[in-house]
Order: sequence, then structure tokens, then C-alpha cells
Amino acid sequence: MKLNFSGLESSAPLYGGSNELLCDGFSAAPSFDLPVTSDFDGFQKNSIQMVKPAKGTTTLAFIFKEGVMVAADSRASMGGYISSQSVKKIIEINPYMLGTMAGGAADCQFWHRNLGIKCRLHELANKRRISVTGASKLLANILYSYRGMGLSVGTMIAGWDEKGPGLYYVDSEGGRLKGTKFSVGSGSPYAYGVLDSGYKYDLTVDEAAELARRAIYHATFRDGASGGVASVYHVGPNGWTKLSGDDVGELHYSYYPVEPAVVEQEMTEAVAA
Amino acid sequence: MECVFGMVGKGFALVVADSSAVNSILVHKSNEDKIMVLDSHKLMGASGEAGDRAQFTEYVQKNVALYQYRNGIPLTTKAAANFMRGELATALRKNPYMVNIVLAGYDKETGPSLYFIDYIATLHKVDKAAFGYGSYFALSMMDRHYHPDMTVDEAIKLADQCIEEIRSRLVVAPQNFIIKIVDKDGAREHSWRRTTKD
Repeated sequence: MKLNFSGLESSAPLYGGSNELLCDGFSAAPSFDLPVTSDFDGFQKNSIQMVKPAKGTTTLAFIFKEGVMVAADSRASMGGYISSQSVKKIIEINPYMLGTMAGGAADCQFWHRNLGIKCRLHELANKRRISVTGASKLLANILYSYRGMGLSVGTMIAGWDEKGPGLYYVDSEGGRLKGTKFSVGSGSPYAYGVLDSGYKYDLTVDEAAELARRAIYHATFRDGASGGVASVYHVGPNGWTKLSGDDVGELHYSYYPVEPAVVEQEMTEAVAA
Repeated sequence: MECVFGMVGKGFALVVADSSAVNSILVHKSNEDKIMVLDSHKLMGASGEAGDRAQFTEYVQKNVALYQYRNGIPLTTKAAANFMRGELATALRKNPYMVNIVLAGYDKETGPSLYFIDYIATLHKVDKAAFGYGSYFALSMMDRHYHPDMTVDEAIKLADQCIEEIRSRLVVAPQNFIIKIVDKDGAREHSWRRTTKD
């Protein structure tokens, strides 16, 4: 496939014959036309908005008696096209800390990996694990420094450190919130509804997992940009474990099984004459 | 939808802020403390974009502490206010901080004071100040009922009236409010006004 490099070619000839000035070794620099607009700053902002993904996903996390429960769907959508039903949206930063992905997949994966590196360096330098507070602050400061440049990250950092379970929400606007219950993504209002009504601090691990699974399921039911597999992870004092990964289509039929229809009249084959 | 307001009384200054952390239509949490204790005798109520608010207020807090370590005496409220204004002004034409701040402080020599600091680096020393949509209601309430040298009870009563007005008249009123006070004994949390227990 022949690529179109016309945008990079300059209008001036490369070596203008016997022109001494051009033979210094400098070739004419490639140039391209700037967009014709009177409002270049607004144009830049609009073009960043155009490519900004709308965080089509549902992720949630909450703190309860036994630790932190983290759950997410697995659908990736590009506008109306579902590009994947099997995206890993819960990122394992290290054996006792998880991050969730909402927004740009590349942004989240890269910066969580980067955070994992920084956490490990902290461990090696200070001979102790980094706290969830510290890890979330590292990530928030990095994202803050890239503010306005088009990063799209809406993540929750969940972990267990010396102070017990910790949960922080960090986003690419630079915001960082400490809390006990968060949901992020386009399906988050739906998930909040189920989560808020069913939440108690004294849930068992199984009850909390079922609450998280149910909340993700209901969000995927109503939100077109969420779907695939509902993954549920638990972060306890010894680190995280993956509890389940259920296809939400199958979950639908297990929660709302199809009743066999009551047959009033049955047609039978007429006996061939 | 964020509301911050404050007023000066007899020997004290009060700052009231809402405590909601909002993202478009979602309320992420409604117990976020937006009034930072700058040092022993200064309070800074901040409203604005999430990242800017936390980062700028922490930056100011650390620099105020640094001054005290370097020089052995704390900054006056006026000096802290001017430092903040300077930082906002320097950043304004490059990478502006979208934060509005009400700074309240108590100095031994000059007593309580309140400063209104805008996101475009406006600085005014005032008796009463308010930011956000709530300011439309709080300012007129304070203009009507405020008088110099109010007692703590009178000021709290006025703050409650403002909160009630915001709650009843603002279409997306914040659920909870936090009240902090600074006087000769220092800066501290006074009370919360909650409608939800989150």
C-alpha cells in the first residue's frame, strides 16, 4: 500500500542547482500547512475532544469488612462498533494492588505499568511496600502534569497496606478522591444504583462478590458500551485473588430464567390422508 | 455547583464549604473536605477543578510550612494571601489554576481577617466572601444580616441561614456542608451540616 507523504514534502526544491547557500548540508525541512482557522487554540481543543474516548465501560470498587472488592466489564467499543468483548480492565499493579481501566486503554495500561515500576522502585529504595495513598498520589501527580494534553484515564487504585484496605479514584483531569465506594465509566450510574441499595459494611466475601457481580450485570444490561465478562477480584490482607469471570449474557439467564410458556393449545401434525 | 463562603466575626473567622465531589451528573462522594488547614491559624476554603484544587492548595500549604521552617516564624495571613495571588498570577497566562479561594486567618497583632482570591488572581481583603452558584444566595443573605463583631453563635446562625437558602433555592444543591473556624486558639473543624450520611 503506497502511503501518502505529500503532506511532508516541502514546496521548495531540495537542492537548488548551483545555489551555494543550500549546499551547507542543510536540506529543506519538511513542512505542512497549518489548518486554516482563525481560532487555533479552539481548534486544538476541539480536535482533542474529537478523539477523546467517552469512557465506555463499567468498573466499580468498594471497601467492606473483609477488604476491597473490585469488578469490571470487558467490552471495548469504538463509537457503535464493539471492538472487543474480552478486554482485561482490572490491571494487576503488584500482588497486593489493583487498578481499574476506564477511558483510553493504552493510557490506562501504560500508566498503570509505569506505576507498578515506581511502586517496585519505592520498595527497593525504602525496604517497605508503598501505601495505597502513596501509589495513588504518584499516579495523580503524573496525570496532573499531562493535564489538557488529551490523556483519558478514569481509574481506581485498590489495595491493602499497613493501614488496612485502601481505595482511591484518580482521573486524567488530575482529580484524586479517597473513598469507600466508587464506580467509573458510562455504566457507572446504573452500577451505583444497585451498589448503593445493596451495600453494607458487614458483607461476607461471597455476598460482596455477588453484589459487585450483580451491579456490573445491571450496568451492562442498560449501557450499550458495557458488556462481555463481569470479572470480580477481591483484595485481602494477603493480596488480591480473582474470584470469578462470568459472561453477562449467561448471568442474565441465571438471574432471570426463561419460564417455559404455558401451552394452551398444541398443534400436532395432521395425519397424512 | 460548588459553594464556598466565609465571614469575619469578633475575634474569629468562619469558612463554610460544600463537601460534594462531582463528575458531570454523578456525585462521587459527599464528604470531601475542601477547607484545608494551611497552618495552625489559617484556613483555606477552595472550589474549582478537582485536580487544580488539590494540587494548588497542597502546593501553597507546603510552601507556607517551608517559610516557617526557614525563618522560624509563620507567615501572616496577608502574606500568605499575597503569596497565593502571586502564584496564581504567574501561572495565569501559561497554565492557569482554575481555583477560587477564601482564605481566613487569625494573627495575634491584627486579629481575624478574610481574603477573597479569584482564579484570575484577584485579591481583596473582605469581611464576607462567597464563590460558586451558592454565592448568589449567600452574598445577599450576608449583606442583609451581617454586622461587624458578630459572636460565634450569631455567625453560625447566619451561615445556617445561607445553607438553608442554598438548599432550598439552588437546583442542584450540594448535600452536605462543612464549617471550619479560626480564632486565637487555632484553626479547627467546627461542625458538619448533613442531609446524607455518606
